[in-house]
Amino acid sequence: MYNPFSLAGKKILITGASSGLGRSIAVECTKMGASVLITGRNSERLNMTFVLLEGSGHQQVVADLSTEEGIENLVKQCSELDGVVHSAGIGILVAPQFIKRSEVENQFNTNTFAPILLTSLLVKNNKIKSGASFVFLSSIVGTIFASKAHSLYAASKGAIDGFVKGMALDLARKKIRVNSILPGLVPTEILNMENALTSYDEVMKMKMKMKMYPLQRFGRTEDIANGAIYLLSDASSWVTGSALKIDGGITLGGI
Amino acid sequence: MELSQFIEKFAEQFDNTPKSSFAATTDFKQLEEWDSLISLSVISMVDDELGKRITGADIRSCATIADLHKLVESK
Repeated sequence: MYNPFSLAGKKILITGASSGLGRSIAVECTKMGASVLITGRNSERLNMTFVLLEGSGHQQVVADLSTEEGIENLVKQCSELDGVVHSAGIGILVAPQFIKRSEVENQFNTNTFAPILLTSLLVKNNKIKSGASFVFLSSIVGTIFASKAHSLYAASKGAIDGFVKGMALDLARKKIRVNSILPGLVPTEILNMENALTSYDEVMKMKMKMKMYPLQRFGRTEDIANGAIYLLSDASSWVTGSALKIDGGITLGGI
Repeated sequence: MELSQFIEKFAEQFDNTPKSSFAATTDFKQLEEWDSLISLSVISMVDDELGKRITGADIRSCATIADLHKLVESK
Protein backbone atom coordinates (compact mmCIF):
# COMPACT_ATOMS: atom_id res chain seq x y z
CA MET A 1 0.00 0.00 0.00
CA TYR A 2 1.27 3.47 -0.89
CA ASN A 3 2.36 5.23 2.30
CA PRO A 4 4.88 8.13 2.20
CA PHE A 5 4.74 8.32 6.02
CA SER A 6 5.91 4.77 6.52
CA LEU A 7 9.03 4.23 8.60
CA ALA A 8 9.54 0.65 7.41
CA GLY A 9 13.20 -0.26 7.10
CA LYS A 10 14.31 2.74 9.16
CA LYS A 11 16.43 2.56 12.30
CA ILE A 12 15.64 5.34 14.76
CA LEU A 13 17.23 6.47 18.04
CA ILE A 14 14.92 8.07 20.58
CA THR A 15 16.19 9.74 23.76
CA GLY A 16 14.05 10.39 26.82
CA ALA A 17 12.11 7.25 25.92
CA SER A 18 11.42 6.14 29.48
CA SER A 19 8.49 8.51 29.83
CA GLY A 20 6.30 11.18 28.32
CA LEU A 21 6.67 12.22 24.69
CA GLY A 22 9.73 10.02 24.16
CA ARG A 23 7.84 6.90 25.13
CA SER A 24 4.91 7.70 22.86
CA ILE A 25 7.16 8.63 19.93
CA ALA A 26 9.05 5.35 20.27
CA VAL A 27 5.86 3.28 20.32
CA GLU A 28 4.23 5.12 17.43
CA CYS A 29 7.40 4.84 15.31
CA THR A 30 7.34 1.07 15.72
CA LYS A 31 3.69 1.05 14.62
CA MET A 32 4.87 2.72 11.41
CA GLY A 33 7.40 -0.06 10.87
CA ALA A 34 10.58 1.43 12.31
CA SER A 35 13.08 -0.48 14.39
CA VAL A 36 14.13 1.65 17.30
CA LEU A 37 16.91 2.12 19.82
CA ILE A 38 15.38 3.66 22.91
CA THR A 39 17.37 5.30 25.67
CA GLY A 40 16.67 6.87 29.06
CA ARG A 41 18.15 7.06 32.55
CA ASN A 42 15.67 4.85 34.38
CA SER A 43 16.01 1.17 33.43
CA GLU A 44 12.64 0.13 34.87
CA ARG A 45 10.65 2.79 33.05
CA LEU A 46 12.72 2.30 29.89
CA ASN A 47 11.87 -1.37 29.96
CA MET A 48 8.19 -0.51 30.30
CA THR A 49 8.49 1.42 27.05
CA PHE A 50 10.37 -1.50 25.49
CA VAL A 51 7.54 -3.86 26.33
CA LEU A 52 5.06 -1.56 24.57
CA LEU A 53 6.99 -1.46 21.29
CA GLU A 54 5.45 -3.23 18.30
CA GLY A 55 7.35 -5.69 16.18
CA SER A 56 10.85 -6.86 16.95
CA GLY A 57 14.49 -6.04 16.44
CA HIS A 58 14.49 -3.14 18.89
CA GLN A 59 17.18 -2.17 21.38
CA GLN A 60 17.20 -0.44 24.72
CA VAL A 61 20.22 1.29 26.27
CA VAL A 62 20.21 2.89 29.71
CA ALA A 63 22.27 6.08 29.48
CA ASP A 64 22.82 9.35 31.33
CA LEU A 65 23.40 11.92 28.61
CA SER A 66 24.58 14.58 31.04
CA THR A 67 28.10 13.08 30.98
CA GLU A 68 30.67 12.57 28.20
CA GLU A 69 30.91 8.87 29.07
CA GLY A 70 27.13 8.49 28.92
CA ILE A 71 26.97 9.99 25.44
CA GLU A 72 30.02 8.03 24.20
CA ASN A 73 28.62 4.77 25.53
CA LEU A 74 25.30 5.35 23.79
CA VAL A 75 26.91 6.28 20.47
CA LYS A 76 29.08 3.12 20.60
CA GLN A 77 25.94 1.00 20.78
CA CYS A 78 24.27 2.65 17.81
CA SER A 79 24.34 1.06 14.40
CA GLU A 80 23.79 3.36 11.39
CA LEU A 81 20.67 5.44 11.94
CA ASP A 82 17.98 6.84 9.68
CA GLY A 83 16.59 9.10 12.38
CA VAL A 84 17.21 10.58 15.80
CA VAL A 85 14.56 12.05 18.09
CA HIS A 86 15.79 14.16 21.00
CA SER A 87 12.94 13.98 23.51
CA ALA A 88 14.84 13.98 26.80
CA GLY A 89 13.94 17.14 28.66
CA ILE A 90 13.29 18.64 32.08
CA GLY A 91 11.69 21.85 33.30
CA ILE A 92 13.19 23.73 36.25
CA LEU A 93 10.85 26.46 37.51
CA VAL A 94 12.44 29.61 38.90
CA ALA A 95 11.36 33.01 40.19
CA PRO A 96 13.36 35.85 38.55
CA GLN A 97 15.21 37.00 41.66
CA PHE A 98 16.27 33.54 42.78
CA ILE A 99 18.10 31.95 39.85
CA LYS A 100 21.10 29.83 40.89
CA ARG A 101 23.96 28.97 38.56
CA SER A 102 23.44 25.27 39.32
CA GLU A 103 19.83 25.51 38.14
CA VAL A 104 20.90 27.15 34.87
CA GLU A 105 23.51 24.45 34.36
CA ASN A 106 21.11 21.60 35.09
CA GLN A 107 18.48 23.02 32.77
CA PHE A 108 20.91 23.50 29.91
CA ASN A 109 22.79 20.23 30.47
CA THR A 110 19.71 18.13 29.82
CA ASN A 111 17.73 20.23 27.37
CA THR A 112 20.49 21.80 25.31
CA PHE A 113 24.03 20.47 25.81
CA ALA A 114 23.09 16.78 25.72
CA PRO A 115 21.20 16.85 22.39
CA ILE A 116 23.87 19.13 20.84
CA LEU A 117 26.78 16.94 21.91
CA LEU A 118 25.00 13.68 21.08
CA THR A 119 24.18 14.97 17.60
CA SER A 120 27.79 15.95 17.00
CA LEU A 121 29.25 12.65 18.21
CA LEU A 122 26.80 10.63 16.12
CA VAL A 123 27.79 12.54 12.99
CA LYS A 124 31.51 12.32 13.83
CA ASN A 125 31.31 8.54 14.30
CA ASN A 126 29.49 8.06 11.01
CA LYS A 127 26.37 6.73 12.68
CA ILE A 128 24.04 8.90 10.62
CA LYS A 129 23.12 7.74 7.12
CA SER A 130 22.77 10.10 4.20
CA GLY A 131 19.15 11.17 3.98
CA ALA A 132 18.61 10.76 7.72
CA SER A 133 16.40 13.02 9.83
CA PHE A 134 17.02 14.67 13.19
CA VAL A 135 13.97 15.74 15.21
CA PHE A 136 14.45 18.00 18.23
CA LEU A 137 11.62 18.36 20.75
CA SER A 138 11.53 22.07 21.42
CA SER A 139 8.52 23.98 22.81
CA ILE A 140 6.25 26.93 22.10
CA VAL A 141 7.71 28.25 25.37
CA GLY A 142 10.90 30.12 24.66
CA THR A 143 10.34 30.28 20.93
CA ILE A 144 6.91 31.85 20.44
CA PHE A 145 5.39 32.01 23.88
CA ALA A 146 6.34 32.57 27.49
CA SER A 147 5.08 30.76 30.56
CA LYS A 148 5.29 31.85 34.20
CA ALA A 149 8.42 30.74 36.04
CA HIS A 150 9.73 29.03 32.88
CA SER A 151 12.50 31.48 31.95
CA LEU A 152 15.27 28.85 32.15
CA TYR A 153 13.26 26.28 30.26
CA ALA A 154 12.48 28.96 27.67
CA ALA A 155 16.18 29.81 27.34
CA SER A 156 17.09 26.16 26.84
CA LYS A 157 14.52 25.76 24.07
CA GLY A 158 15.31 29.07 22.39
CA ALA A 159 18.89 27.81 22.11
CA ILE A 160 17.66 24.60 20.48
CA ASP A 161 15.69 26.70 17.97
CA GLY A 162 18.90 28.39 16.86
CA PHE A 163 20.93 25.19 16.85
CA VAL A 164 18.40 23.43 14.61
CA LYS A 165 18.74 26.16 11.99
CA GLY A 166 22.53 26.09 12.11
CA MET A 167 22.76 22.29 11.92
CA ALA A 168 20.15 22.11 9.17
CA LEU A 169 22.38 24.31 7.03
CA ASP A 170 25.61 22.50 7.90
CA LEU A 171 24.30 18.96 7.44
CA ALA A 172 22.36 19.61 4.25
CA ARG A 173 25.37 18.61 2.13
CA LYS A 174 25.02 15.10 3.54
CA LYS A 175 21.27 15.24 2.80
CA ILE A 176 20.65 15.03 6.53
CA ARG A 177 17.60 17.01 7.63
CA VAL A 178 17.24 18.77 10.98
CA ASN A 179 13.90 20.02 12.28
CA SER A 180 12.13 20.72 15.55
CA ILE A 181 8.65 20.20 16.96
CA LEU A 182 7.11 22.90 19.16
CA PRO A 183 4.45 21.27 21.34
CA GLY A 184 1.83 23.17 23.30
CA LEU A 185 0.76 21.76 26.66
CA VAL A 186 0.78 17.96 26.65
CA PRO A 187 0.20 16.54 30.13
CA THR A 188 3.07 14.15 30.83
CA GLU A 189 5.40 13.37 33.70
CA ILE A 190 7.50 16.51 33.05
CA LEU A 191 4.70 18.59 34.53
CA ASN A 192 4.35 16.58 37.74
CA MET A 193 0.64 16.75 37.20
CA GLU A 194 -0.08 14.48 40.13
CA ASN A 195 1.36 17.09 42.45
CA ALA A 196 -0.62 19.90 40.91
CA LEU A 197 -4.13 18.49 40.97
CA THR A 198 -4.75 18.05 44.68
CA SER A 199 -7.77 20.27 45.02
CA TYR A 200 -11.00 21.20 43.28
CA ASP A 201 -9.57 24.70 42.71
CA GLU A 202 -6.61 23.32 40.84
CA VAL A 203 -8.72 21.04 38.68
CA MET A 204 -10.94 24.03 37.79
CA LYS A 205 -7.83 26.09 36.95
CA MET A 206 -6.62 23.31 34.64
CA LYS A 207 -10.04 23.18 32.99
CA MET A 208 -9.94 26.94 32.40
CA LYS A 209 -6.48 26.63 30.86
CA MET A 210 -7.75 23.90 28.57
CA LYS A 211 -10.63 26.09 27.37
CA MET A 212 -8.12 28.75 26.32
CA TYR A 213 -6.97 26.42 23.58
CA PRO A 214 -8.85 27.21 20.36
CA LEU A 215 -9.15 23.48 19.78
CA GLN A 216 -10.52 23.13 23.31
CA ARG A 217 -8.14 20.47 24.64
CA PHE A 218 -4.62 19.86 25.76
CA GLY A 219 -2.35 17.84 23.50
CA ARG A 220 -2.10 14.08 23.53
CA THR A 221 1.26 12.42 23.17
CA GLU A 222 0.13 10.92 19.82
CA ASP A 223 -0.40 14.46 18.45
CA ILE A 224 3.32 15.04 18.90
CA ALA A 225 4.36 11.53 17.86
CA ASN A 226 2.52 11.94 14.56
CA GLY A 227 4.52 15.10 13.88
CA ALA A 228 7.72 13.20 14.61
CA ILE A 229 6.64 10.44 12.23
CA TYR A 230 6.11 12.99 9.46
CA LEU A 231 9.53 14.57 10.03
CA LEU A 232 11.25 11.17 10.18
CA SER A 233 9.56 9.86 7.05
CA ASP A 234 10.41 10.41 3.39
CA ALA A 235 7.28 12.56 3.14
CA SER A 236 9.31 15.43 4.61
CA SER A 237 12.39 14.96 2.47
CA TRP A 238 12.29 18.60 1.36
CA VAL A 239 11.81 19.92 4.89
CA THR A 240 14.78 21.13 6.90
CA GLY A 241 15.50 23.88 9.44
CA SER A 242 11.80 24.15 10.23
CA ALA A 243 9.85 24.38 13.47
CA LEU A 244 6.63 22.35 13.41
CA LYS A 245 4.19 23.89 15.82
CA ILE A 246 1.71 21.39 17.29
CA ASP A 247 -0.21 23.40 19.85
CA GLY A 248 -3.98 23.31 19.44
CA GLY A 249 -3.87 26.93 18.26
CA ILE A 250 -2.87 28.44 21.62
CA THR A 251 -0.18 30.67 20.10
CA LEU A 252 -2.74 32.31 17.80
CA GLY A 253 -3.48 34.72 20.68
CA GLY A 254 -7.06 35.39 19.77
CA ILE A 255 -8.44 38.36 21.64
CA MET B 1 13.19 32.81 62.56
CA GLU B 2 10.70 34.92 64.52
CA LEU B 3 7.16 35.08 63.13
CA SER B 4 7.32 38.88 62.67
CA GLN B 5 10.52 38.59 60.62
CA PHE B 6 9.03 35.74 58.60
CA ILE B 7 5.97 37.86 57.80
CA GLU B 8 8.29 40.64 56.59
CA LYS B 9 10.28 38.28 54.37
CA PHE B 10 7.03 36.82 53.07
CA ALA B 11 5.69 40.28 52.23
CA GLU B 12 8.91 41.11 50.35
CA GLN B 13 7.98 38.59 47.67
CA PHE B 14 5.03 40.76 46.64
CA ASP B 15 5.35 43.90 44.48
CA ASN B 16 1.87 45.39 44.49
CA THR B 17 0.40 44.52 47.87
CA PRO B 18 0.79 46.99 50.76
CA LYS B 19 2.77 45.79 53.80
CA SER B 20 -0.35 46.37 55.92
CA SER B 21 -2.06 43.46 54.19
CA PHE B 22 0.30 40.96 55.78
CA ALA B 23 -0.36 39.58 59.26
CA ALA B 24 -0.07 36.24 61.01
CA THR B 25 -3.70 35.48 60.23
CA THR B 26 -3.57 36.51 56.58
CA ASP B 27 -5.07 33.85 54.26
CA PHE B 28 -2.30 34.53 51.79
CA LYS B 29 -3.61 32.46 48.86
CA GLN B 30 -6.62 34.79 48.72
CA LEU B 31 -4.46 37.87 48.18
CA GLU B 32 -5.13 39.31 44.74
CA GLU B 33 -1.45 39.26 43.76
CA TRP B 34 -0.87 35.64 44.81
CA ASP B 35 0.10 33.37 41.94
CA SER B 36 2.39 30.47 41.08
CA LEU B 37 5.37 32.78 40.59
CA ILE B 38 5.02 34.26 44.08
CA SER B 39 4.58 30.75 45.47
CA LEU B 40 7.89 29.84 43.84
CA SER B 41 9.52 32.99 45.30
CA VAL B 42 8.35 32.04 48.78
CA ILE B 43 9.81 28.54 48.37
CA SER B 44 13.12 30.05 47.23
CA MET B 45 13.09 32.63 50.04
CA VAL B 46 12.68 29.89 52.65
CA ASP B 47 15.53 27.95 51.05
CA ASP B 48 17.80 31.02 50.92
CA GLU B 49 17.01 32.49 54.34
CA LEU B 50 16.45 29.35 56.39
CA GLY B 51 18.12 26.60 54.36
CA LYS B 52 14.87 24.62 54.44
CA ARG B 53 13.04 22.96 51.59
CA ILE B 54 9.30 23.37 51.31
CA THR B 55 7.13 22.31 48.41
CA GLY B 56 4.08 23.52 46.52
CA ALA B 57 2.08 20.89 48.39
CA ASP B 58 3.32 22.32 51.71
CA ILE B 59 2.17 25.78 50.70
CA ARG B 60 -1.21 24.46 49.57
CA SER B 61 -1.70 22.76 52.92
CA CYS B 62 -1.32 26.06 54.82
CA ALA B 63 -4.06 28.66 55.15
CA THR B 64 -2.37 31.54 56.99
CA ILE B 65 1.16 32.96 57.10
CA ALA B 66 1.38 31.72 60.69
CA ASP B 67 0.52 28.18 59.49
CA LEU B 68 3.33 28.38 56.95
CA HIS B 69 5.75 29.72 59.54
CA LYS B 70 4.85 26.83 61.85
CA LEU B 71 5.37 24.30 59.06
CA VAL B 72 8.74 25.78 58.12
CA GLU B 73 9.90 25.76 61.74
CA SER B 74 8.92 22.11 62.05
CA LYS B 75 11.12 21.02 59.13
